[in-house]
Amino acid sequence: MLEKLLLNHYEAAAVILSGIGLTNLLLQRNLIKKIIGLNIMDTAVYLFLAAKGYVEGRAAPILIADGAGGWLRSSELYVNPVPAGLVLTGIVVSVSVTAFALALTLKIYESYGTLNIDEALLKMTQEQEEIEARIDEAEEEVLA
Amino acid sequence: MNEELKRSGPDGLRAIWQSFFNWVMGIGPRPENEVIPEEPPPDLPFTQRPKDKYSRFHEATLKERYSQWVEIHGLHIFSLLYAGLSVLTCIVIVSLLLATVAELPPFGHERNPANNEVIRRYVEHGGHETGAQNIVAGLILDYRAFDTFGESAVLFTAAVSVLMLLGASRRNKTDDGTSPHTDEAGRNFLQRGPPELSLHAVRRDDAILRSVATLAIPIILMMGCVVVINGHLSPGGGFSGGAILSTALILAANAYGFEKVHSFFSERTFIVSSSTALMIYALSKGYSFFTGANHIHSIIPKGTIGDILSAGLILPLNICVGLIVAGTLYGFYALFSEGDI
Repeated sequence: MLEKLLLNHYEAAAVILSGIGLTNLLLQRNLIKKIIGLNIMDTAVYLFLAAKGYVEGRAAPILIADGAGGWLRSSELYVNPVPAGLVLTGIVVSVSVTAFALALTLKIYESYGTLNIDEALLKMTQEQEEIEARIDEAEEEVLA
Repeated sequence: MNEELKRSGPDGLRAIWQSFFNWVMGIGPRPENEVIPEEPPPDLPFTQRPKDKYSRFHEATLKERYSQWVEIHGLHIFSLLYAGLSVLTCIVIVSLLLATVAELPPFGHERNPANNEVIRRYVEHGGHETGAQNIVAGLILDYRAFDTFGESAVLFTAAVSVLMLLGASRRNKTDDGTSPHTDEAGRNFLQRGPPELSLHAVRRDDAILRSVATLAIPIILMMGCVVVINGHLSPGGGFSGGAILSTALILAANAYGFEKVHSFFSERTFIVSSSTALMIYALSKGYSFFTGANHIHSIIPKGTIGDILSAGLILPLNICVGLIVAGTLYGFYALFSEGDI
């Protein structure tokens, strides 16, 4: 198995990277570090896709002139162009999700003054309880 | 009780059961030397409460003892359990995936199942079907153009969401003069340190940054335009070129201040240019897909491969995508550092 893993070392590195990212996502209590973990997982996916598209000894998928006014079109000459498109999609979605998550994190920091998700959740619950207590008081006043 | 325990037979078993039952239910006999502590005031906050909440611990039922124990140790044990289980989950997932990776076909081999007839089709016919020398550009902006349109829309939506989240609260500050990010002492808690030493105040008077930016910005802009316009001929395209263009804007904002950039690239410019680019993309590609699907002759010429004006719609679509990406990435930077585009 180890020989096969060494043969597929890019894919193995991608899998380990995604494990590191997932552990980061689960264990970190800091929201920024959670987002960094998510980005590490994204990077693992790009690495995996790029490794899948590579073919030994072939050129990038940009047509090469054959010197006589035409283009070399044999598929034996170029690597797989599909993973490049897929990685592009992944990068764009990752950038968008990261920016949105960071904006939400910034709002949480503005509201609760902390980046720790446990503290923020505790403060959110307390706030909610306070609001409910106030509603109950108002209802009692109305009933009285 | 000890004599009862020493007795054998069903009576002894019953006595053991009885004492166990009493221990569980907390109704056993009181020991003679028991000291009853004073009852703590009931309104103490959780952290200041004494650990032995019950005056007579041996009289508490098992349920009460359990809930008390949970109150004291529960969080600690839960966090340990959570950490252990997360590491275990990750190790299990990684080993499963590694076992899968070991069974994958060898890396970079030309007979891999991923290199099938789809790739042959794209490479052999992509050139004359799309007119693009760069097969990836032909792939993402012609065969799969709606996918790229969705990507641009996702990016634009993310920028608008960030603008909604971060722009709205800071706009209130300009309305009534007070920032929502100041605490009771009037200090902005988003800035570390005294306000006169904030990051942007220091950056604006940076002579080195300014002279470097004066030299670098035209070169970066030219590079970005080249990458966008040559997207169908060489590596690059709208996304990478747009990212390069946005670095020029970010550099300008850092060297000359956000107000200077704001004079030619404001929120309005961003919204108008991005939505116009998205509309042009959707309409032109919609036309191209409509004619293609219905076998109607399209008026868009393919041109000759390798020319700058070739590849049909790929060049204008690259420019549209480049505009959206440049605006969005600069918008992210401006929103996160200044709170406004």
